[in-house]
Amino acid sequence: MARTARLSTLMALAWRESRTARRRLLLYMSSISLGVAALVAIDSFAANVQQSIAEQSRALLGGDINLRARSGFTPALDSLLDSLAAGGVPSAKIVSFASMATAAPSGGTRLAQVRAVSPGYPYYGEVITEPAGAWSALHEGKNAYVDPSLLISIDASVGDTLVIGYARFVIRAALINVPGDPGIAATIGPRIFIPDRYLDETQLMGLGSRAEYEAVLKLADGVRSPIWVAPLRPRFEAAGVRVRTVVENEIDITDAISQLARFLGVVGLIALLLGGIGVASGVSAFVQKKIDTVAVLRCLGASSAQVLTIYLVQAAAMGFFGAAIGAALGVAIQFLLPLAMSDFLPVDVGVTLVPSAIGLGLAIGVWVAVIFALRPLLALRRVSPLQAIRRDDAALSASARRDTWTWIVNLALVASVLVLAIDRAETTQQGLFFAAGVFVSIGLLYGSAALLSSLARRLVSSRWPYVVRQGVANLYRPASQTRSVVLALGFGSFLVTTIVLVQANLLKSFDLTAAASRGNLVFFDVQEDQRAGLDSLVRDRGHEVISETPIVTMRMVGVNGVTAERWAAANAIPARFWALRREYRSTYRDSVIATETVTAGQWFGASSPKDTVFEFSMEQGIAGDLKLTLGDTVTWDVQGVRVRARLTSTRNVDWGRFEPNFFAVFQPAAISTAPQQFVLVTAVEADTSVARLQRLAVRRFPNVSSIDLSLVRRTIAQIVDKVTLTVRFLALFSLAMGIPVLFSAVAATRRDRLREGVLLKTLGATRAQIGRILLAEYALLGILGSLSGMVLAFGGAWLLVTFVFEGTFTAAVWPALGIATAMTLLAVSIGLLTGRDVFRETPMAALREG
Amino acid sequence: MLAARDLTKEYQSGTSALAVLRDVTFDIPQGTFVSIVGPSGSGKTTLLGLLAGLDLPSRGNVTLDGADLTRLDEDARAKLRGEKVGFIFQSFQLIPTLTAAENVQVPLELRGDDDVVARALDLLKRVGLGDRTDHYPAQLSGGEQQRVAIARAFANSPRILFADEPTGNLDGSTGARIVELLDALNRESGATVVIVTHDLTLAEHAQRVIRLKDGVVVEDRPSRSHIASAPSAPSAPSGPAAAAADPGA
Repeated sequence: MARTARLSTLMALAWRESRTARRRLLLYMSSISLGVAALVAIDSFAANVQQSIAEQSRALLGGDINLRARSGFTPALDSLLDSLAAGGVPSAKIVSFASMATAAPSGGTRLAQVRAVSPGYPYYGEVITEPAGAWSALHEGKNAYVDPSLLISIDASVGDTLVIGYARFVIRAALINVPGDPGIAATIGPRIFIPDRYLDETQLMGLGSRAEYEAVLKLADGVRSPIWVAPLRPRFEAAGVRVRTVVENEIDITDAISQLARFLGVVGLIALLLGGIGVASGVSAFVQKKIDTVAVLRCLGASSAQVLTIYLVQAAAMGFFGAAIGAALGVAIQFLLPLAMSDFLPVDVGVTLVPSAIGLGLAIGVWVAVIFALRPLLALRRVSPLQAIRRDDAALSASARRDTWTWIVNLALVASVLVLAIDRAETTQQGLFFAAGVFVSIGLLYGSAALLSSLARRLVSSRWPYVVRQGVANLYRPASQTRSVVLALGFGSFLVTTIVLVQANLLKSFDLTAAASRGNLVFFDVQEDQRAGLDSLVRDRGHEVISETPIVTMRMVGVNGVTAERWAAANAIPARFWALRREYRSTYRDSVIATETVTAGQWFGASSPKDTVFEFSMEQGIAGDLKLTLGDTVTWDVQGVRVRARLTSTRNVDWGRFEPNFFAVFQPAAISTAPQQFVLVTAVEADTSVARLQRLAVRRFPNVSSIDLSLVRRTIAQIVDKVTLTVRFLALFSLAMGIPVLFSAVAATRRDRLREGVLLKTLGATRAQIGRILLAEYALLGILGSLSGMVLAFGGAWLLVTFVFEGTFTAAVWPALGIATAMTLLAVSIGLLTGRDVFRETPMAALREG
Repeated sequence: MLAARDLTKEYQSGTSALAVLRDVTFDIPQGTFVSIVGPSGSGKTTLLGLLAGLDLPSRGNVTLDGADLTRLDEDARAKLRGEKVGFIFQSFQLIPTLTAAENVQVPLELRGDDDVVARALDLLKRVGLGDRTDHYPAQLSGGEQQRVAIARAFANSPRILFADEPTGNLDGSTGARIVELLDALNRESGATVVIVTHDLTLAEHAQRVIRLKDGVVVEDRPSRSHIASAPSAPSAPSGPAAAAADPGA
């Protein structure tokens, strides 16, 4: 005969013993379900996206290698591409620029993104059109393929004539899907594809026009793009061309997706940790109920290890069910995510089950459930068999502090949070900060709970009505639930409020933008000889010209007498840093405008220079990036003419406003004679007037583009709405998660509340009196928990907005108070549900139990 | 053989020690049916807890079949209980989530026995509950629950059985039937039975009655029924209890 029970026997006993407790235990364990759901959904979806990117990476780029030349294809580059084509590496060119597009029959006009492409584009992936299969006919004539949204906005249809600049095209098909473009691209700027051989006819590629020049190269099958391009890279870069291989592109997009997944994963992790707290509270309640059974088991010969095994098996099994429910929910969300996210993604996401994500979610879920359950379960080891014949309520709490295993489990808990945080964060440091944040939050919430208990003890007065006194006294009595409820409620409130505050702060800048911008119709690419004509066209129709801003294009070639490259090398600025290589579109004026403030130095004013060195002002961020300080002299190449200018001030610029803003602003004498174009801002009230003015302008000045800011604002509002919806979903998700956690926290002391309530009832308390006692207690708990969470959230959101999103934090007090009220009501409702049990229970049953 | 020597149990009450049991000494030979009686607060339950190894004395020791319980740690005492001790409680203490048969199986499963189901069913049949094996405690009457508890107590063929007020929650006739059952099983199995009770009628069913008052043994004598049926010399009360004997109680 074996002398100790086999594990399988103990597991069977555990399963049988859990019969009536399973539902309750599962409720506690469901605290982790939503956290697991979040992790599984995020990880699975990220894996799906990454898989899709890997599969569609060539289609994303349009070829194996992408070359991008800001200032156009030089003859040297053209001949290099020709020789490569002769060697079996064909290339296709794409010239992209913004232009007004006008439907010839209706006269409808709108700013669009025009892409003039050469035959062969795209080498990979398929442009899907309506009518289907029409893409192959692009180069057969002066054809245009356009986004359906453009057709609607300019009131045109397939077969109509489309005017772009001075050229007329026939709309052959609508674009349904273009590889590599996220769906939202069409909302921001509708696309038009035309054959590149008609580009010159548009006459839009004149002086100062903004266009992007790209070429995609197709390598033979099996040739690895990074290896192939390596020897050519210096030649390309010398020609001012940025080279991207399909591998680099894939890594960049995958990194961006990983970053998003990590951010969402952190939210999921917080959800899971909050769930863990719920599990711990719920299991504490469970342990209280099991003392009698454990005492009997101990009388019948069960060792402390056997007892722990029995209940750990139960917790792990229910934890597994809780995690499995979460994983199933996560998979469901994973399948729904593409519907919400497809507009923002550059690839068509093929949704498939990701066993590793499901497995990891389950494993993390079960681990969190077990490790958080273990701490209260350890107390069962200390249940004396004597409890079977003489109940001692304080028996469990007696020796926890001296118990080595309690400390080991505490350490394992801390280590688990650290490991999970580091795993989810982008860097170890971020993970440590995150874990520290979690511990500090928990510490502060515990501190508030202790403070509340202590205040309640000091403030409670015999002059208060009995029911209030009793409710307040419950906050500091032995076995009070103050700590667990404040922690659960505070953490939940912290999470929800942080999400909402960050959202409010991020969206706030869009509101400001809409309010602050005075003009709503902007004309750009206005040439010098068109300026007066456009000005009178606008004024003649009774509209105000708010500003006419000159724009001069230039490049930075030197600083303090050395070349820009040397300056970069001497100041540890990466040689390929964008600010050094970019084409600056600068302006000149003698006054500061409303969207900028001088932060250092002095504005040059209207004075003329005494020597050949002019003065200019720089945006403070880019000046810092370029290591420029006041007094430094920068040499600019202004379309072939060298202009030296001394930095005499730096400015803070509000880029969020839809007004012409600049990195570099010169004193007028420096560049006012340089070739330039203008941006004209006007305010036009009715939508119909906007369309009419755009139509007139494009008819007289086909190269001049105009943008209707109200349309942009509406587009942004749509995007903001989508983001808001996602954030609200996250907040609601967190709130939903708080419910089982709070239930578990309240359950931890339910037995004591029940016994006390029934005793009071036996002594003559009415239903209303007991209700008021519970109301006083839970209202105080709710208010303190949610307010503590709110205060923490202000801190957390401030950190996020200031350091992660680099914005200015504004405390959105009202939404935060709204959440605090909702959380308090939730606490009161759950607390009062306990009262229902008090009235259902007969005094005898409760007293016998005690 | 169960032996108690100078058993003393004190609890700390503020700065002073409160003795609930003082210098209790006696031997209980194997197979004896003993009652421990006394008024509330006399230390009966404390004594039972110490004799069964559920608690440790402040001083003195308890030996069961030569094993000194005070020298064993909690788990070793639990193992010993699993092998040699059976329990019956006033409030039955059946595990509410297990059926009658499963409750009886528990001690056997904990020590890793095989064929536990057959033994549990056999025991339930012997206590007259062969047709209630799949019932949960809540579906059984008080008397039935106590019979399940008795079956469970005898499941591991204990050398000694402790019963704490086994009829305290039952009506008179049910209580009497429980006592008869205990008596029969005691005779059949040869196990020592120690009952703690304040029911003097029940106490007299035993062979020997130990009376406690204020934590000391004030009387240790053969029961009246035992004298009537098979007279034998009682073991003498020992320690200070002898001096405080209250024969009239």
